[in-house]
Amino acid sequence: MQNKLAFLDILEKNPASRRKEDPGSFEYTLPAEITSIYPLTATEKLYQIQIIDPIQRNDFSFRPGQFVMLELPGIGEAPFSISSSPVRHGDLELCIRAVGNFTNFLDRVERGTKVGVSGPFGTHFPLEKMQGNDLLLIGGGLGIVPLRSPLLSVLENRSRYGRVDIMYGAKSPAELLFTYQYEEWQRFDINLGITVDRADKKWQGRTGLITELLKERINQTVSLRENTYAIVCGPPVMFHFVCKMLTEAGLPMQKMFVSLERRMHCGRGKCCRCNIGSTYTCLDGPVFDYWSVMNLKEAI
Amino acid sequence: MIFKVFKKQELARLYELLAVNIIVGPVNRGNDRNSNPLYDFDVVYDFDELALDYTQTMHSPKRFVLPYQETLSSFVMTHDGWEKHVDLNVYKPLVFFGMHACDINALNKLDLVLAQSTYPNPYYMGKRKNLFIIGLDCDPEPQCFCRSMGTDSAVHGFDLFLTDLGNKYFVEILSATAFDLLSQISCKDPSAKDHALYKQITGKKSKGYTAAVETSDLTKILDLEFESKAWDYWGDKCLSCGTCANVCPTCYCYGVDEHIDLDLKHAGKTKSLHSCNLIDFAKVAGGHNFRPTSASRLKYRYYHKHRGFVEAFEEPLCVGCGRCGAACLADITPPAVIASVRGEE
Repeated sequence: MQNKLAFLDILEKNPASRRKEDPGSFEYTLPAEITSIYPLTATEKLYQIQIIDPIQRNDFSFRPGQFVMLELPGIGEAPFSISSSPVRHGDLELCIRAVGNFTNFLDRVERGTKVGVSGPFGTHFPLEKMQGNDLLLIGGGLGIVPLRSPLLSVLENRSRYGRVDIMYGAKSPAELLFTYQYEEWQRFDINLGITVDRADKKWQGRTGLITELLKERINQTVSLRENTYAIVCGPPVMFHFVCKMLTEAGLPMQKMFVSLERRMHCGRGKCCRCNIGSTYTCLDGPVFDYWSVMNLKEAI
Repeated sequence: MIFKVFKKQELARLYELLAVNIIVGPVNRGNDRNSNPLYDFDVVYDFDELALDYTQTMHSPKRFVLPYQETLSSFVMTHDGWEKHVDLNVYKPLVFFGMHACDINALNKLDLVLAQSTYPNPYYMGKRKNLFIIGLDCDPEPQCFCRSMGTDSAVHGFDLFLTDLGNKYFVEILSATAFDLLSQISCKDPSAKDHALYKQITGKKSKGYTAAVETSDLTKILDLEFESKAWDYWGDKCLSCGTCANVCPTCYCYGVDEHIDLDLKHAGKTKSLHSCNLIDFAKVAGGHNFRPTSASRLKYRYYHKHRGFVEAFEEPLCVGCGRCGAACLADITPPAVIASVRGEE
């Protein structure tokens, strides 16, 4: 007599589930379409990506700070911060710089291209905790991309927040993103400070580092200890100086949030490429409070 | 736990009962340059192919649950888009015949992160849930430090576990399928003499270890010694070749690549196991590398295994099999690295 062992098919139930605890969700991507493409600068474009199925689109809900994995069959899959407001659900806006294999291909695609979206993944900025407080939104370079989603959310609910300051720095005026929206943002009673490292002939705004903008803002108030939250997104060197300055101004570490960037191949805590120590940027991040970042070796 | 004993010649009978399934076990792969036999896990077709007296296989058995390369999904291009097809690449159960405790524990550790966490990995789970594992006791090799890692005996994660008592096997039974199987061969309840013999043999094994890692307060010491010169010393030796991850039973990091078929109508998505010691592991688009030096990558490997994983799952991601040290071209072994980071040299 021989004993043939029973075969267990783990995808028998829910072969293509969207519930993250089901194994079928792992490779499931939502079919989506690039509905429009706006060039923002020489290298960055704003892609409007709509989940095709209206029910899936409506069910897709995310919080500001989360990211999606965008897939182009045969080209690759990569993580991108969502730049649109959460009220738009699966009508996403992703601002993407053409810099690697995947993004350079994306740079050449046309409107109507079918893509796959999975997510949303990761942690978010705790906007509900920030309500009733003053906000400092500090972005450097591409850091404005993850910052735009919380910003739009704040503007939509402007009365729930106190004073709102946006500080944004870029290398040159040509690299400033979302320039067409600054006026609109300012209509919501916010203080928008923009600075560039190197001015060109036409530039009439500020020149200098973002820390100078921050210093002026800090000097306007006695202390940041009470009633202030900060969101900082940018290159590691910016985190270092900005967070140090905010800490010195009295802002508690747990009221300062940063969004980190790492290489990712899965977005689901399996490939380990985004690990910092053993903290997964995709599961435990990308949004960390500054206390957690200080506790992580090599984080910034 | 239910225990039984059976005579040694009954093992071939057990094999025959299972032979209708695919059986994987240790096989001899020739000798190394010092004439020591080399072993590896492979599919076997005959009981005599099994080298059950094997010391340690060169590679861990992970390739049967985590293949080095695996197709995650395939795409068919249509006139206005594409369709995605997912195949888990598993169709039949697999019998593991003669797995040592360290490798069984390695699978248990992989379960924690790949099957029991959010977003369970179906490619791993599909294979893992279709394993029938027969464990086998072993004698400590010079490189083994499993006792320090608490993985020298397997408590769960197998169906049967055999301990060699000389002319018979002492069996631990952990599943109903295994119990049913044993009822088809001639086996008996162990006598008091068998118990005594079993305790004598396992007691002797636990005294046979020569390699060890001091793990007390290791998570804190790794944090304290983050800037230690010891990392640079080992980093200078490290060739960043990734051999350690290749042979490691618990290394599961991977990368994903996609390719388009030449007919432009099909595309595929392939997962390949990667190593955190390889230079591009943490390199992002645009060229920035978060861990550009071999010292920082080697340090990350130890941090992930002995600090981060402990923080997340309360046990290290290391079973102390010593394969990484044995395979390392630069003779970097975990006991030596950890001792030097602790300042014990």
